[in-house]
This record gives sequence, C-alpha cells and structure tokens, in this order.
Amino acid sequence: MAREGLSFITGYEWYSSINSDGSTGEDPSVYGIGAMLIGTIITALIAVSIGVPISIAAALYLNFYVPTAIRGFLVGVIDLMAAFPSILFGLWGFNVLMPSGEYWAKLLHKYLGWIPLFDVSTPFFSRSPFIAGLVLAIMIIPIVTSIAREVFSQTPLDRIQAAYALGATKWTMIRAVVLPFGYSGVVGGAMLGLGRAMGETVAVFTVLNIIFQANFQILLGAGGNVASLIILKFGEASAEEIKALMAAGLILFLLTLLVNMLADLLVSRTVKQGR
Amino acid sequence: MTENVNPSSLASIAAGNANRAPGKNALGTGLEARSVHAWFGKNHALADVSLDFAAGTVTALIGPSGCGKSTFIRTLNRMHEFIPTAAMAGEVLLDGKDIYASGVDVTKIRLKIGMVFQKPNPFPSMTIGENVLSGLKLAQLKQNNKDELMEECLIRAGLWNEVKDRLGAHGGSLSGGQQQRLCIARSLAVNPQVLLMDEPCSALDPGSTLRIEETIRELSETMTVIIVTHNMQQAARISDYTAFFLADGHPGMMIETGPTSQIFSNPKDKRTENYVTGRFG
Repeated sequence: MAREGLSFITGYEWYSSINSDGSTGEDPSVYGIGAMLIGTIITALIAVSIGVPISIAAALYLNFYVPTAIRGFLVGVIDLMAAFPSILFGLWGFNVLMPSGEYWAKLLHKYLGWIPLFDVSTPFFSRSPFIAGLVLAIMIIPIVTSIAREVFSQTPLDRIQAAYALGATKWTMIRAVVLPFGYSGVVGGAMLGLGRAMGETVAVFTVLNIIFQANFQILLGAGGNVASLIILKFGEASAEEIKALMAAGLILFLLTLLVNMLADLLVSRTVKQGR
Repeated sequence: MTENVNPSSLASIAAGNANRAPGKNALGTGLEARSVHAWFGKNHALADVSLDFAAGTVTALIGPSGCGKSTFIRTLNRMHEFIPTAAMAGEVLLDGKDIYASGVDVTKIRLKIGMVFQKPNPFPSMTIGENVLSGLKLAQLKQNNKDELMEECLIRAGLWNEVKDRLGAHGGSLSGGQQQRLCIARSLAVNPQVLLMDEPCSALDPGSTLRIEETIRELSETMTVIIVTHNMQQAARISDYTAFFLADGHPGMMIETGPTSQIFSNPKDKRTENYVTGRFG
C-alpha cells in the first residue's frame, strides 16, 4: 500500500507479476482497488436505496396494519431471515433472481436509459451491479426492518393518541408522529444496512461478474467490490499480493468506519433538533 | 387532596357561577350518553352511565381515582377503543346520531369531539405554528387563511401574546402550562362542537391552571366542554353541571348529577356529600 501510495485507492488495475512458482514476470506489479471501491459504494447504495424503503414499509405494516394474530409469526420470519447465511442469498440471487432481475434491468434501460446511470454501452445485462445490489437489498431488509420496527414501536402513545384525537387517519398519524419520531433510528438502521452491504463478500462474489474497471453503468454486467476482490484473489495470491489484499481490507474497514461516523453525526444532529 | 376544603365555600363558589347563561352560540345540540358500559378485558370498569351534555355548557366529572371518569370521557370520542382489550356497550349520541353506529367515520367524529389530555402532548417535531394547524393536516382538511386561524386559536387558548414572536420555535420549547394551552389551541383549530378535557390542569402550576380555566369559560360560549377533574374548587369554579362517579368495589358508576351549585351545596346522595365535603377521596 505504501508503495502504490494514492494510486492504490485510485488505480483501476490489479496485476500481480509474481508467478505461481515465485519468479517475477516482466511487467511490474500494479495494485489498485479504485474500481472495486467504486463498485463497493455503488452496490451498497443500490442495496440501501432499494432495501430501506421496503424495510420502512414492512416495519410500518408490522407495527400498525398487520392483524395481531399473525404479527408474531411475521416478526419471527423476518428475524429468521436476518440469520440466513449470505452464500444462500448469493446462490439464490444467481439462480432465481438473476433472470427476473435482468428483465427489470432491461425495462429500466429501455425507459430510463437517457439517465447516464441506466445507460448500457454493450447490451449485457446479467451479473450486473444492479442485480448484486438487489441481492444485497434483500439481505439487508430483515435487519433494517427489525430495527425500524423496534424504533417505531417506541413512539410515545400520548402523541399517537393526540393525533387520533385530532381526527387523524392511520396514515396521516404515521406521517405526523411515527416517522418524525423514528427518523434518527431508521437512519441508524439504514447505515447498519449500508455497512453490511459494503462488507458483504460471498453474495456479491457469486452474483457479480468481477471486472477491473470503474463502472458507473449499474445495469452492465461488470463490477465488483472490495470484499469480493479479496476472496477472488486470496486463494492464489503471492506474499506480496496478500499484503495488498490486507491493505484493501483495511481500506474497506476505514470506509465502513467513515460511514458509521457520518451516520452518528446525522443521528445526533436530528436528535438535537428536538424530539 | 380535598380534606381541608370548606364545603360551604365550594358551594358559594358554585353559586357565584350559577347565573351564567349557557353559551348561545354553541354548535350542535350537545352530546348524550345512553347507558354506557365499558370493559377492559373481563374487568367491568364502567356500568350504565347515562348523561346529557347540553350544548354550550361546561360539565365537570368528579370522583375518586379509578372510578371510571377517564374511561367514560374516552368512550365519548371513541378513544376508548384504542386499548386492545377494551370493549364498550351503549350509545353516545351527537346531534341525535349514535357515534358508534356502523358506517360512522370515526375520524370525522373525533373532529367534532376534540380532546385535551392530562399530560401536555404537543408534536415535538413541529413548530408552535405547525402544532396549532396540525389537525388540518392530520384530518386532511383544506383551509385558506391559515395564519388567521392560527392567531385566532392561539388567542382563544390564551397563548398568543406569549408565543406570537416565536411561532417558528419547536413545541417542546414551551413550559408545561404553555404546552397545554398549545394543545388546547390545536384542538380548536378543527372547530369541534364538543371538547373533552381529561384532567388538563393536573400537571400544571396554579398560574397556568387559572389561565386554562379562563380559557375554558370562554370556550363554553361556542362549544360544549366536558372536563374530568380531581380539583373540587376547579369543578365549582368553571362548571355548570357536575356528575359524581364512584367505583367502591363495583364497576364505576355515576352516583349523582345536577347543577354544580346543587351538587356542592345540597347533594341528594350521602356518598356525594361525603366526597364533596372531603370526608373521603
């Protein structure tokens, strides 16, 4: 990491010139995780932007709409989903979600292709960051839903009653009372989800077509993230390359740390604004 | 809390109040409760209460703790049903129509029958001004001159002079008494026919209490007020009619009702007399 300096973070190439028998090749080794960093952030953001709204809706449904008879069962299912091993999500995403995900990706491309984000330079839709993001979204939904549900259920009863006493419907009550109260907690939950999505290894490794280029076209089948890079290269890495992979892990750790600190800042600022 | 009250002074306070004419501008024809029962699970909390509230009057509900006053008042705008195990029987007629009839939109009922709670509960995420107008948003009502309405409600709740320079501050930044008046202003913004108040002054200092009592007297010009209170003097000061509730080992029941001056000076039931003279409760 020290040798590559800043280009370790910004560089888009990963090439080890050390052969498996220990001899050094002709070209110098280049280690750059820029593409993977961007991929990490992109897939995680896709996951959060799809997963968090669904989680909030699910949490509100579980707290305020579901018949009490089946609430316990549904909560149990959500909690169980949070404990699924990620390889299952990865395999399921690869085998089940990919075909339908491709269909959605094509729709997005067809109708929203004028937005650079949804444009595709070559029509190759499978194993894209979009689908990886979908899988990650499904992975983080249980944990974010659990947190949001917990936060929403703490809403003070006297405020809920005050809203109803003013002629509120359930939905206007939720908007005026529950969402403002739960805002900071939900942001915290979303950040936890973001952290989990960024650190996710196996699911992304299974789904994504890992390619070393900075890819902002989220529907195109190319990308990767830092954790999947490590698992991809670790098995056959030379001593020097392992050092580089460790450094990549450190960067990932710093990134998650940064995200959590930002979340903390955001939450404490909203709390101060008066609750 | 009523041990040292001189009953004759209560009676005289009530008598001074008796000449007041009920509000002539009050909306609607008042509220009638017909043999209301209430249960919490298997616990029969309230039995067979029938009570008429004429339009433009202030009625005080008094009685020792746990006698069903608060339960009763919460059946009057269907807030009772929020408690999961709660059940009720009987009829509550607003303008002659049962608010528990099937097909009645409960949110519309609560617009016509407002409620102020024991503990001030402004919405902390909203400013003072937004709190006053929150009912419009919650009930999805259209209103054109919102600023005028806000000012009018705050004036009627006796809060305008204290907050007119900081309507953008958060509701939680007010004192307890101010918060409670803010809650009253918030109830007024949707223009209810009936205002239910569940011990609105129990958490407040005497000064704030006095302000709210003045507010209640003014409100009774245009609406029907029903107030639960543990404070005998308050009941004597502000109400036209008083109803005495008692549980006494049985489900809570209404023992006696009548003009406030009569309840405090010449109650018919021995138990009422014992209570208003401070022999128990």
